[in-house]
Amino acid sequence: MRISLTVNGNRHDVDDVWEGESLLYALRERMGLPGSKNACEQGECGSCTVYLDDVPVCSCLVAAGQAQGRSVTTVEGLASDERLHPVQQAFLECGAVQCGFCTPGLIVSTHDLLERNPAPSDPEIREALAGNLCRCTGYEKILDAVRQAASQ
Amino acid sequence: MDFLAPTTWAAALAAKAEHPDAVAVAGGTDVMVEINFDRRRPPALLDLTRVPELREWAPEAGRIRLGAGVTYARVIDELGATLPGLAMAARTVGSPQIRNRGTVGGNLGAASPAGDSHPALLAADADVEVASVRGTRRIPVAEFFTGVKRNALAPDELIAAVWITPPAGPQQFCKIGTRNAMVIAVSAFGLALHPARRAVGTGIGSAAPTPRRATAAAGFLAGELEAAGLWESRGELPDALAVEFGARVRDAAAPIDDVRGTAAYRLHTLSVMARRVAGWAWTEYRSAA
Repeated sequence: MRISLTVNGNRHDVDDVWEGESLLYALRERMGLPGSKNACEQGECGSCTVYLDDVPVCSCLVAAGQAQGRSVTTVEGLASDERLHPVQQAFLECGAVQCGFCTPGLIVSTHDLLERNPAPSDPEIREALAGNLCRCTGYEKILDAVRQAASQ
Repeated sequence: MDFLAPTTWAAALAAKAEHPDAVAVAGGTDVMVEINFDRRRPPALLDLTRVPELREWAPEAGRIRLGAGVTYARVIDELGATLPGLAMAARTVGSPQIRNRGTVGGNLGAASPAGDSHPALLAADADVEVASVRGTRRIPVAEFFTGVKRNALAPDELIAAVWITPPAGPQQFCKIGTRNAMVIAVSAFGLALHPARRAVGTGIGSAAPTPRRATAAAGFLAGELEAAGLWESRGELPDALAVEFGARVRDAAAPIDDVRGTAAYRLHTLSVMARRVAGWAWTEYRSAA
Protein backbone atom coordinates (compact mmCIF):
# COMPACT_ATOMS: atom_id res chain seq x y z
CA MET A 1 0.00 0.00 0.00
CA ARG A 2 1.02 3.62 -0.30
CA ILE A 3 1.33 5.89 2.71
CA SER A 4 1.78 9.65 2.68
CA LEU A 5 3.08 11.42 5.72
CA THR A 6 5.19 14.37 6.80
CA VAL A 7 8.60 13.52 8.23
CA ASN A 8 10.81 16.28 9.61
CA GLY A 9 8.70 18.80 7.73
CA ASN A 10 8.97 17.06 4.37
CA ARG A 11 6.14 15.20 2.70
CA HIS A 12 6.91 11.58 1.84
CA ASP A 13 4.85 9.32 -0.42
CA VAL A 14 6.00 5.79 0.24
CA ASP A 15 4.99 2.88 -1.96
CA ASP A 16 4.99 -0.88 -1.44
CA VAL A 17 4.53 -0.60 2.31
CA TRP A 18 3.53 -3.97 3.76
CA GLU A 19 0.35 -3.66 5.84
CA GLY A 20 1.98 -5.18 8.92
CA GLU A 21 5.12 -3.10 8.65
CA SER A 22 6.24 -0.80 11.44
CA LEU A 23 6.80 2.93 11.06
CA LEU A 24 10.38 2.25 12.13
CA TYR A 25 10.97 -0.07 9.17
CA ALA A 26 9.39 2.41 6.77
CA LEU A 27 11.54 5.25 8.08
CA ARG A 28 14.78 3.27 7.91
CA GLU A 29 14.34 1.10 4.85
CA ARG A 30 11.99 3.10 2.64
CA MET A 31 12.63 6.74 3.49
CA GLY A 32 16.41 6.66 4.02
CA LEU A 33 16.22 7.83 7.63
CA PRO A 34 18.33 5.36 9.63
CA GLY A 35 18.73 7.63 12.68
CA SER A 36 15.99 5.82 14.58
CA LYS A 37 17.54 2.52 15.63
CA ASN A 38 16.06 -0.93 15.44
CA ALA A 39 17.04 -2.98 18.47
CA CYS A 40 14.31 -4.82 20.38
CA GLU A 41 11.26 -4.39 18.12
CA GLN A 42 9.02 -4.73 21.17
CA GLY A 43 9.01 -1.29 22.74
CA GLU A 44 11.45 -2.23 25.50
CA CYS A 45 14.55 -0.26 24.52
CA GLY A 46 13.36 3.10 23.20
CA SER A 47 16.09 3.26 20.53
CA CYS A 48 13.44 3.90 17.87
CA THR A 49 11.75 6.79 19.71
CA VAL A 50 10.27 9.42 17.37
CA TYR A 51 7.62 12.08 17.71
CA LEU A 52 4.28 11.10 16.19
CA ASP A 53 2.21 14.30 16.05
CA ASP A 54 4.41 15.76 18.83
CA VAL A 55 4.06 12.73 21.12
CA PRO A 56 7.13 10.50 21.70
CA VAL A 57 6.43 6.89 20.77
CA CYS A 58 8.34 3.74 19.93
CA SER A 59 8.16 3.72 16.14
CA CYS A 60 8.58 -0.07 16.13
CA LEU A 61 5.10 -0.35 17.69
CA VAL A 62 3.37 2.03 15.27
CA ALA A 63 2.01 0.35 12.16
CA ALA A 64 3.23 2.35 9.19
CA GLY A 65 -0.37 2.70 8.06
CA GLN A 66 -1.22 4.37 11.37
CA ALA A 67 1.16 7.19 10.40
CA GLN A 68 -0.76 7.93 7.20
CA GLY A 69 -1.38 11.66 7.02
CA ARG A 70 0.43 12.30 10.29
CA SER A 71 3.52 14.27 11.15
CA VAL A 72 6.65 12.49 12.35
CA THR A 73 9.83 14.02 13.72
CA THR A 74 12.88 11.80 13.98
CA VAL A 75 16.28 12.48 15.53
CA GLU A 76 17.36 13.69 12.08
CA GLY A 77 14.83 16.51 12.36
CA LEU A 78 16.08 18.07 15.59
CA ALA A 79 19.20 19.88 14.39
CA SER A 80 18.73 23.06 12.38
CA ASP A 81 20.96 23.67 9.36
CA GLU A 82 24.45 22.58 10.34
CA ARG A 83 24.02 23.26 14.05
CA LEU A 84 23.31 20.49 16.49
CA HIS A 85 20.36 20.87 18.80
CA PRO A 86 21.51 21.86 22.33
CA VAL A 87 20.49 18.39 23.57
CA GLN A 88 22.72 16.76 20.95
CA GLN A 89 25.56 19.17 21.76
CA ALA A 90 25.24 18.36 25.47
CA PHE A 91 25.43 14.59 24.81
CA LEU A 92 28.58 15.21 22.74
CA GLU A 93 30.25 17.44 25.32
CA CYS A 94 29.41 15.23 28.29
CA GLY A 95 30.63 12.00 26.65
CA ALA A 96 27.13 10.60 26.93
CA VAL A 97 27.75 8.44 23.87
CA GLN A 98 29.53 5.11 24.01
CA CYS A 99 28.52 2.71 21.25
CA GLY A 100 25.89 5.26 20.23
CA PHE A 101 23.09 2.86 19.46
CA CYS A 102 20.73 4.12 22.18
CA THR A 103 21.67 7.76 21.61
CA PRO A 104 19.05 8.78 19.03
CA GLY A 105 16.21 7.53 21.22
CA LEU A 106 17.67 9.18 24.30
CA ILE A 107 18.07 12.45 22.39
CA VAL A 108 14.41 12.43 21.35
CA SER A 109 13.22 11.48 24.86
CA THR A 110 15.41 14.19 26.42
CA HIS A 111 14.18 16.71 23.86
CA ASP A 112 10.60 15.90 24.83
CA LEU A 113 11.37 16.06 28.56
CA LEU A 114 12.94 19.51 28.31
CA GLU A 115 10.10 20.79 26.12
CA ARG A 116 7.64 19.84 28.86
CA ASN A 117 9.85 20.51 31.87
CA PRO A 118 12.82 22.84 31.30
CA ALA A 119 14.25 22.27 34.79
CA PRO A 120 13.71 18.61 35.66
CA SER A 121 14.81 17.08 38.95
CA ASP A 122 16.96 13.94 38.87
CA PRO A 123 13.98 11.66 39.63
CA GLU A 124 12.05 13.35 36.82
CA ILE A 125 14.95 12.77 34.42
CA ARG A 126 15.12 9.10 35.42
CA GLU A 127 11.39 8.66 34.99
CA ALA A 128 11.37 10.40 31.61
CA LEU A 129 14.22 8.22 30.33
CA ALA A 130 12.95 4.97 31.88
CA GLY A 131 11.94 3.68 28.45
CA ASN A 132 15.41 4.11 26.93
CA LEU A 133 18.01 1.45 27.59
CA CYS A 134 21.78 1.94 27.29
CA ARG A 135 23.50 -1.45 27.35
CA CYS A 136 26.93 0.15 27.62
CA THR A 137 25.44 1.30 30.94
CA GLY A 138 26.70 4.86 30.49
CA TYR A 139 23.80 6.32 32.40
CA GLU A 140 25.80 8.72 34.60
CA LYS A 141 27.13 10.62 31.57
CA ILE A 142 23.66 10.61 30.05
CA LEU A 143 22.24 12.18 33.20
CA ASP A 144 25.08 14.74 33.09
CA ALA A 145 24.12 15.58 29.50
CA VAL A 146 20.45 16.05 30.35
CA ARG A 147 21.36 18.32 33.27
CA GLN A 148 23.70 20.32 31.06
CA ALA A 149 21.12 20.67 28.29
CA ALA A 150 18.56 21.80 30.87
CA SER A 151 20.95 24.44 32.20
CA GLN A 152 21.33 26.09 28.80
CA MET B 1 -2.87 -8.57 4.75
CA ASP B 2 -5.45 -5.80 4.59
CA PHE B 3 -5.11 -2.53 6.46
CA LEU B 4 -8.49 -1.15 7.43
CA ALA B 5 -8.54 2.42 8.72
CA PRO B 6 -12.10 3.54 9.48
CA THR B 7 -12.56 7.15 10.55
CA THR B 8 -15.89 6.78 12.35
CA TRP B 9 -17.20 4.32 14.96
CA ALA B 10 -19.99 3.22 12.61
CA ALA B 11 -17.42 2.48 9.90
CA ALA B 12 -15.26 0.57 12.39
CA LEU B 13 -18.18 -1.66 13.40
CA ALA B 14 -19.08 -2.22 9.75
CA ALA B 15 -15.48 -3.16 8.98
CA LYS B 16 -15.37 -5.62 11.90
CA ALA B 17 -18.65 -7.16 10.77
CA GLU B 18 -17.28 -7.59 7.27
CA HIS B 19 -13.85 -8.80 8.45
CA PRO B 20 -14.45 -10.66 11.73
CA ASP B 21 -10.93 -12.11 11.56
CA ALA B 22 -9.36 -8.63 11.42
CA VAL B 23 -7.22 -7.84 14.47
CA ALA B 24 -8.08 -4.51 16.06
CA VAL B 25 -5.04 -2.36 16.79
CA ALA B 26 -4.92 0.81 18.86
CA GLY B 27 -1.56 1.72 20.44
CA GLY B 28 0.08 -1.36 18.96
CA THR B 29 2.00 -2.14 22.12
CA ASP B 30 0.84 -5.76 22.06
CA VAL B 31 -0.30 -6.37 18.47
CA MET B 32 2.79 -4.93 16.77
CA VAL B 33 5.12 -6.99 18.96
CA GLU B 34 3.42 -10.15 17.75
CA ILE B 35 3.65 -9.02 14.13
CA ASN B 36 7.28 -7.87 14.45
CA PHE B 37 8.24 -11.28 15.84
CA ASP B 38 6.28 -13.25 13.24
CA ARG B 39 4.05 -14.72 15.93
CA ARG B 40 0.91 -13.50 14.24
CA ARG B 41 -0.12 -12.87 10.66
CA PRO B 42 -3.74 -11.74 10.78
CA PRO B 43 -5.58 -11.44 7.47
CA ALA B 44 -6.27 -7.80 8.30
CA LEU B 45 -5.37 -5.08 10.77
CA LEU B 46 -8.21 -2.83 11.88
CA ASP B 47 -6.65 0.48 12.93
CA LEU B 48 -8.83 2.20 15.51
CA THR B 49 -6.64 5.27 16.07
CA ARG B 50 -8.62 7.36 13.58
CA VAL B 51 -11.96 6.86 15.31
CA PRO B 52 -12.53 10.08 17.30
CA GLU B 53 -15.30 8.63 19.49
CA LEU B 54 -12.85 6.17 21.05
CA ARG B 55 -10.55 8.94 22.23
CA GLU B 56 -13.17 10.66 24.36
CA TRP B 57 -14.08 10.30 28.02
CA ALA B 58 -16.92 12.00 29.84
CA PRO B 59 -18.99 11.79 33.03
CA GLU B 60 -22.30 10.14 32.28
CA ALA B 61 -25.03 8.99 34.67
CA GLY B 62 -22.76 9.31 37.69
CA ARG B 63 -19.99 7.24 36.14
CA ILE B 64 -17.04 7.89 33.85
CA ARG B 65 -17.39 6.54 30.35
CA LEU B 66 -13.79 6.04 29.28
CA GLY B 67 -13.42 5.59 25.53
CA ALA B 68 -11.44 2.48 24.64
CA GLY B 69 -8.81 4.54 22.83
CA VAL B 70 -7.88 6.85 25.71
CA THR B 71 -4.17 6.33 26.40
CA TYR B 72 -2.62 5.58 29.78
CA ALA B 73 -0.84 8.95 29.62
CA ARG B 74 -4.21 10.69 29.41
CA VAL B 75 -5.70 8.56 32.19
CA ILE B 76 -2.83 9.75 34.39
CA ASP B 77 -3.00 13.40 33.33
CA GLU B 78 -6.75 13.88 33.05
CA LEU B 79 -8.27 11.30 35.42
CA GLY B 80 -5.61 10.87 38.12
CA ALA B 81 -7.84 12.35 40.82
CA THR B 82 -11.15 10.98 39.49
CA LEU B 83 -10.10 7.34 38.98
CA PRO B 84 -7.16 6.94 41.36
CA GLY B 85 -6.89 3.15 41.25
CA LEU B 86 -6.78 2.99 37.47
CA ALA B 87 -4.38 5.93 37.35
CA MET B 88 -2.04 4.19 39.81
CA ALA B 89 -2.03 1.12 37.61
CA ALA B 90 -1.52 3.29 34.52
CA ARG B 91 1.60 4.86 36.05
CA THR B 92 3.19 1.41 36.28
CA VAL B 93 2.66 0.63 32.59
CA GLY B 94 5.82 0.33 30.51
CA SER B 95 7.55 3.63 29.89
CA PRO B 96 6.53 7.14 28.81
CA GLN B 97 6.57 6.00 25.17
CA ILE B 98 4.33 3.01 25.93
CA ARG B 99 1.92 5.06 28.07
CA ASN B 100 1.65 7.55 25.20
CA ARG B 101 0.30 4.80 22.94
CA GLY B 102 -1.20 2.03 25.06
CA THR B 103 -4.91 2.19 25.89
CA VAL B 104 -7.20 0.65 28.48
CA GLY B 105 -9.35 -0.72 25.66
CA GLY B 106 -6.30 -2.35 24.11
CA ASN B 107 -5.37 -3.88 27.46
CA LEU B 108 -8.85 -5.45 27.66
CA GLY B 109 -8.64 -6.59 24.04
CA ALA B 110 -5.35 -8.38 24.70
CA ALA B 111 -6.86 -9.78 27.93
CA SER B 112 -3.48 -10.83 29.27
CA PRO B 113 -3.58 -12.26 32.79
CA ALA B 114 -0.83 -9.71 33.51
CA GLY B 115 -2.60 -6.66 32.06
CA ASP B 116 -1.89 -3.76 34.39
CA SER B 117 -5.31 -2.12 34.27
CA HIS B 118 -7.27 -5.27 35.03
CA PRO B 119 -6.85 -5.49 38.83
CA ALA B 120 -7.91 -1.85 39.17
CA LEU B 121 -10.95 -2.38 36.94
CA LEU B 122 -11.95 -5.50 38.88
CA ALA B 123 -11.62 -3.75 42.24
CA ALA B 124 -13.68 -0.81 41.01
CA ASP B 125 -16.53 -2.94 39.56
CA ALA B 126 -16.03 -1.56 36.06
CA ASP B 127 -18.17 -2.58 33.10
CA VAL B 128 -16.93 -3.06 29.55
CA GLU B 129 -19.11 -1.61 26.80
CA VAL B 130 -18.79 -3.63 23.61
CA ALA B 131 -20.53 -3.05 20.32
CA SER B 132 -21.17 -4.50 16.90
CA VAL B 133 -23.49 -3.66 14.03
CA ARG B 134 -26.01 -5.81 15.96
CA GLY B 135 -26.01 -3.48 18.94
CA THR B 136 -24.30 -2.58 22.20
CA ARG B 137 -23.98 -4.52 25.45
CA ARG B 138 -22.22 -4.03 28.76
CA ILE B 139 -20.23 -6.81 30.36
CA PRO B 140 -19.14 -6.68 34.03
CA VAL B 141 -15.36 -6.76 33.88
CA ALA B 142 -15.22 -9.86 36.09
CA GLU B 143 -17.11 -11.73 33.35
CA PHE B 144 -15.05 -10.24 30.52
CA PHE B 145 -11.94 -12.42 30.93
CA THR B 146 -12.69 -15.94 29.77
CA GLY B 147 -9.23 -17.55 29.55
CA VAL B 148 -5.56 -16.86 28.99
CA LYS B 149 -5.58 -13.92 26.56
CA ARG B 150 -9.24 -14.62 25.80
CA ASN B 151 -12.21 -12.37 26.37
CA ALA B 152 -15.97 -12.32 25.93
CA LEU B 153 -15.96 -10.44 22.62
CA ALA B 154 -17.85 -12.01 19.75
CA PRO B 155 -15.92 -12.04 16.44
CA ASP B 156 -17.84 -9.03 15.13
CA GLU B 157 -17.56 -6.97 18.31
CA LEU B 158 -15.22 -4.16 19.31
CA ILE B 159 -14.60 -2.61 22.73
CA ALA B 160 -16.21 0.82 22.81
CA ALA B 161 -15.59 2.03 26.35
CA VAL B 162 -15.12 1.19 30.00
CA TRP B 163 -17.58 2.42 32.63
CA ILE B 164 -16.13 3.18 36.04
CA THR B 165 -17.76 4.84 39.03
CA PRO B 166 -15.60 7.53 40.60
CA PRO B 167 -14.85 6.06 44.00
CA ALA B 168 -16.30 7.21 47.30
CA GLY B 169 -13.44 5.49 49.13
CA PRO B 170 -9.71 4.84 48.82
CA GLN B 171 -8.20 2.78 46.02
CA GLN B 172 -4.75 1.23 45.88
CA PHE B 173 -2.66 -0.72 43.40
CA CYS B 174 0.55 -2.66 43.84
CA LYS B 175 2.71 -4.52 41.32
CA ILE B 176 5.79 -6.71 41.58
CA GLY B 177 8.52 -6.56 38.94
CA THR B 178 12.26 -6.49 38.58
CA ARG B 179 12.39 -2.73 38.07
CA ASN B 180 9.92 0.16 38.09
CA ALA B 181 9.77 0.65 34.33
CA MET B 182 9.13 -1.76 31.45
CA VAL B 183 7.90 -4.54 33.66
CA ILE B 184 5.28 -7.15 32.90
CA ALA B 185 3.81 -7.83 36.31
CA VAL B 186 5.14 -10.85 38.18
CA SER B 187 2.03 -10.32 40.26
CA ALA B 188 -0.25 -7.39 40.94
CA PHE B 189 -3.08 -6.47 43.27
CA GLY B 190 -5.75 -3.78 43.20
CA LEU B 191 -7.96 -2.81 46.12
CA ALA B 192 -10.95 -0.49 46.50
CA LEU B 193 -12.83 0.33 49.68
CA HIS B 194 -16.52 1.04 49.14
CA PRO B 195 -17.50 2.57 52.50
CA ALA B 196 -21.04 3.52 51.45
CA ARG B 197 -21.99 -0.12 50.93
CA ARG B 198 -19.50 -1.49 53.44
CA ALA B 199 -17.78 -3.52 50.75
CA VAL B 200 -14.26 -4.23 49.55
CA GLY B 201 -13.23 -4.63 45.90
CA THR B 202 -10.23 -6.69 44.84
CA GLY B 203 -8.35 -7.60 41.69
CA ILE B 204 -5.51 -10.10 41.30
CA GLY B 205 -3.17 -9.79 38.33
CA SER B 206 -0.68 -12.23 36.83
CA ALA B 207 -1.43 -15.02 39.29
CA ALA B 208 -4.19 -17.03 37.59
CA PRO B 209 -5.23 -17.90 34.01
CA THR B 210 -7.22 -14.67 33.99
CA PRO B 211 -7.28 -11.54 36.08
CA ARG B 212 -9.67 -12.39 38.90
CA ARG B 213 -11.18 -11.16 42.12
CA ALA B 214 -10.42 -12.44 45.60
CA THR B 215 -14.12 -12.56 46.43
CA ALA B 216 -13.95 -14.55 49.64
CA ALA B 217 -11.08 -12.45 50.97
CA ALA B 218 -12.96 -9.25 50.15
CA GLY B 219 -16.10 -10.50 51.91
CA PHE B 220 -14.04 -11.55 54.91
CA LEU B 221 -12.36 -8.14 55.27
CA ALA B 222 -15.60 -6.22 54.78
CA GLY B 223 -17.38 -8.43 57.31
CA GLU B 224 -14.68 -8.16 59.95
CA LEU B 225 -14.59 -4.36 59.55
CA GLU B 226 -18.37 -4.33 59.99
CA ALA B 227 -18.32 -6.66 62.98
CA ALA B 228 -15.76 -4.51 64.77
CA GLY B 229 -17.61 -1.31 63.92
CA LEU B 230 -14.52 -0.01 62.16
CA TRP B 231 -16.35 1.45 59.14
CA GLU B 232 -18.03 3.89 61.58
CA SER B 233 -15.28 4.38 64.14
CA ARG B 234 -12.50 4.56 61.56
CA GLY B 235 -10.34 2.93 64.20
CA GLU B 236 -7.02 1.30 63.42
CA LEU B 237 -6.93 -1.74 61.16
CA PRO B 238 -5.78 -4.64 63.36
CA ASP B 239 -2.51 -6.12 62.07
CA ALA B 240 -3.87 -9.64 62.39
CA LEU B 241 -6.83 -8.73 60.19
CA ALA B 242 -4.58 -7.32 57.47
CA VAL B 243 -2.39 -10.42 57.62
CA GLU B 244 -5.37 -12.75 57.39
CA PHE B 245 -6.76 -10.73 54.48
CA GLY B 246 -3.40 -11.13 52.71
CA ALA B 247 -3.48 -14.88 53.30
CA ARG B 248 -7.01 -15.15 51.90
CA VAL B 249 -6.09 -13.10 48.82
CA ARG B 250 -3.18 -15.47 48.30
CA ASP B 251 -5.57 -18.42 48.55
CA ALA B 252 -7.70 -16.95 45.76
CA ALA B 253 -4.82 -17.10 43.27
CA ALA B 254 -3.82 -19.99 41.02
CA PRO B 255 -0.43 -19.01 39.62
CA ILE B 256 2.09 -20.92 37.53
CA ASP B 257 5.87 -20.97 37.34
CA ASP B 258 7.16 -19.05 34.34
CA VAL B 259 10.11 -16.95 33.22
CA ARG B 260 9.03 -13.99 35.33
CA GLY B 261 8.62 -15.83 38.63
CA THR B 262 7.61 -18.98 40.41
CA ALA B 263 4.12 -19.79 41.58
CA ALA B 264 5.37 -19.83 45.17
CA TYR B 265 6.85 -16.35 44.83
CA ARG B 266 3.65 -15.05 43.28
CA LEU B 267 1.61 -16.43 46.18
CA HIS B 268 3.95 -14.91 48.72
CA THR B 269 4.00 -11.51 47.04
CA LEU B 270 0.21 -11.46 46.81
CA SER B 271 -0.16 -12.03 50.53
CA VAL B 272 2.31 -9.23 51.23
CA MET B 273 0.81 -6.81 48.68
CA ALA B 274 -2.75 -7.40 49.86
CA ARG B 275 -1.74 -6.85 53.50
CA ARG B 276 0.09 -3.65 52.60
CA VAL B 277 -2.52 -2.10 50.34
CA ALA B 278 -5.22 -2.84 52.92
CA GLY B 279 -3.15 -0.84 55.40
CA TRP B 280 -2.54 2.02 52.98
CA ALA B 281 -6.19 2.22 51.97
CA TRP B 282 -7.37 2.06 55.57
CA THR B 283 -4.96 4.82 56.62
CA GLU B 284 -6.38 6.95 53.81
CA TYR B 285 -9.94 6.14 54.88
CA ARG B 286 -9.18 7.15 58.49
CA SER B 287 -7.50 10.41 57.48
CA ALA B 288 -10.45 11.31 55.23
CA ALA B 289 -12.80 11.51 58.23
